[in-house]
Amino acid sequence: MRKKRKLSRGVALVGAGMSQFGMFRDRDSKDLFLEAFRAMTASVDKGLDPADIDAFYLGNYSNDFFVRQSHWGAILSDTLGLVPRPATRTEGACASSALAFREGVFAIASGFYDAVLVGGVEDMSKGATEVVAEGLGMAAIPYEREVGFTFPGVFGTIATAYFDKFGASREHLMNVTIKSHDNAARNPKAQLSATLEEVMAAKKKRAESKGRRLPDWSDPKAFLRDTRANPVVAWPIHLFDCCPISDGACCLLLVGEELARNFTDDPLYVAGIGQASGRGLHASEDLTTFEATRYAAREAFDMAGIAADDVQFAEVHDCFSIAELLHIEDLGFFPAGQGYKAVEEGQTRLDGSKPINTSGGLKCKGHPVGATGAAQIFEVWTQLRGDAGERQVPGHPRLGAAQNLGGTGGTSTVTVLERR
Amino acid sequence: MGSRCLACQAVFVPPRSLCPRCDSSTMEWERMEGRGKLVAFTCIAIGTPAMLKLGYGRENPYCTGVVELEENARVVARIQGVDTRNPGAISVGMPLQVDFLREEGDSGSRTVLAFKPLPEG
Repeated sequence: MRKKRKLSRGVALVGAGMSQFGMFRDRDSKDLFLEAFRAMTASVDKGLDPADIDAFYLGNYSNDFFVRQSHWGAILSDTLGLVPRPATRTEGACASSALAFREGVFAIASGFYDAVLVGGVEDMSKGATEVVAEGLGMAAIPYEREVGFTFPGVFGTIATAYFDKFGASREHLMNVTIKSHDNAARNPKAQLSATLEEVMAAKKKRAESKGRRLPDWSDPKAFLRDTRANPVVAWPIHLFDCCPISDGACCLLLVGEELARNFTDDPLYVAGIGQASGRGLHASEDLTTFEATRYAAREAFDMAGIAADDVQFAEVHDCFSIAELLHIEDLGFFPAGQGYKAVEEGQTRLDGSKPINTSGGLKCKGHPVGATGAAQIFEVWTQLRGDAGERQVPGHPRLGAAQNLGGTGGTSTVTVLERR
Repeated sequence: MGSRCLACQAVFVPPRSLCPRCDSSTMEWERMEGRGKLVAFTCIAIGTPAMLKLGYGRENPYCTGVVELEENARVVARIQGVDTRNPGAISVGMPLQVDFLREEGDSGSRTVLAFKPLPEG
């Protein structure tokens, strides 16, 4: 019998901020992190005195490799003026800052600290694409890299297994991509903040200005089917199934539940957290599901005392379009093999029954890997507080979730936030 | 080669020295026959640096996949002898046989686990 887990002290989220996501030639980890920290500080309704921060947890996957500098926890701590308070860095590939969040929650729940800064940062765009790919590849399983697997290749393999088992096709992946662009177009912080219609119009305009033949795409799917506009990366994964290379940072402020009202009259509470590990492609008995996501979801939902249906919207880890389909099924939002149909029916759109990746997801908001887990929680914060503007989930939602994946399924986390 | 757990009989490729199912460390080498079927695959156009050096790329993608062996273990491998420019014609479930490759890697010549379609009949 699995133990039902609970926090011995409640934890509240009282501040959140993120930097612009994008590729910035002239801005490094410090610049981006300061932008996120300032945004977080400004978000604390009753003000934050940085002297109140007891400790700092930072998720960063691999600035060691991307910019040849380790130890960003302490370095950023100094940048923010937090010295001599402790800084701890967590690494769980693309789930690095979800792990930082979890450690921050535990630190407060234990009673050891009252206020903890949780952050995430990644600075990926300074090297060549091959260098970035090599850096990301370091999170894959060595045995799988040996035969030539890349990250898109792993997710392409998962896609062929999913297609074969459930009768889905590339057309269904396109529905995910189209929705991500539509949502990101309403997110001013997103890296790719244009609908596919706008992307098509820009490409037509460029062809016209260069005197090239005008492409004749009739709609976004025709555009996505055109392999010149949307070339294959690792079949069936094409360019527009993939998240971009991104720089960005995010900051969150956690405090003990009984202290929350000192910071805001509108706090959110950590209702459930779950984390699990998974195995590689070859050792997985079923490639159409992430064991770690299913386990983490059960743990988080049990802790929150809710069922999957109670979650009103979610951010899920769509590093590649196929991953979104697996995760919405593994989270229990839709039965196995039904996720692609739900997306096709519009159930995951902003006005659907279960809006998914309202931020535009990793695909369009951007995926600075170490910042992503925290940035997903930032979107849940923004939605639950009713601050999402044009992309606001209707009906003043009360419960939202974030799911963050590390590597090719080696780590998965689920966080449920609640507005009481 | 793989390993078999003498306590619970589970087979692992690549070999493990500790059985993740029953925690036994009593393992025995087990030779695979080298036949199986394709469980899932991809044709990679943007490859790893090592594969790009070997001449693979957009015009010449390579296929990798998951193969389920007759011995009931799964491996990842290169898939040879399929048309990587027409991946729609590669079918999940197709029978395969082992076809080791010798390839130049970053640290010299190495053997890569590969499979090719099993000839009919």
